[in-house]
Amino acid sequence: MNEELRARIKTVIDTEPVSLFMKGTPTFVMCGNSERALKALRGAGAPVTAVDILPDPEIRQELSSLSGWPTIPQVFIKGELIGGADIVQELAANGDLERKLTEALGEDYRERAEDRVVSVLVPA
Amino acid sequence: MATMGAMATDPLEMLLREAFPDAAELRVEDRTGGGDHFQVIVTSPRFDGLSLVDQHKLVYAALERPLADGTIHELRIKTRGMQKERGTT
Repeated sequence: MNEELRARIKTVIDTEPVSLFMKGTPTFVMCGNSERALKALRGAGAPVTAVDILPDPEIRQELSSLSGWPTIPQVFIKGELIGGADIVQELAANGDLERKLTEALGEDYRERAEDRVVSVLVPA
Repeated sequence: MATMGAMATDPLEMLLREAFPDAAELRVEDRTGGGDHFQVIVTSPRFDGLSLVDQHKLVYAALERPLADGTIHELRIKTRGMQKERGTT
């Protein structure tokens, strides 16, 4: 177990309004499921903080052991696991995603909707 | 037609039947015909009262082995409880 990496992942999950652990980055998405999750979040006007899990296989291991969710992508709102691409798409389609975002981030969450990419890699 | 896909879905369907013996609907589809991209649809009373995250986690748990050994390269999940859907969780 990589304690430092795990702590970095946990910090992102707990402190970012909306975090998306994905394959690739929003400008260069490397997987259709990550793409589906990103599109659903964007459609709801969410401020997305993206973390690319591809640079180090340990990111995915630590993330899944933290969240109990085996696959990528994984979406969190203020520390809470929302789900993978299927759930996020479903919640976006029935309006629950916007409700959750409003509940967690406030009515004006769209105004702060700025995409960010952060790295959890531990500097060598 | 789609013989290979049907064979690929059989073991997954068995695992799901074991996990959800009282499922009202249980389907496994081979999305690409390649035998490794699947969509599963499960309607079961076991999902009643659970969040979607917990519902999907039950499906992942049932398919832990084929997920771990690479049999399943990609999995799409659709779950439903049996209670009449009302509002949101």
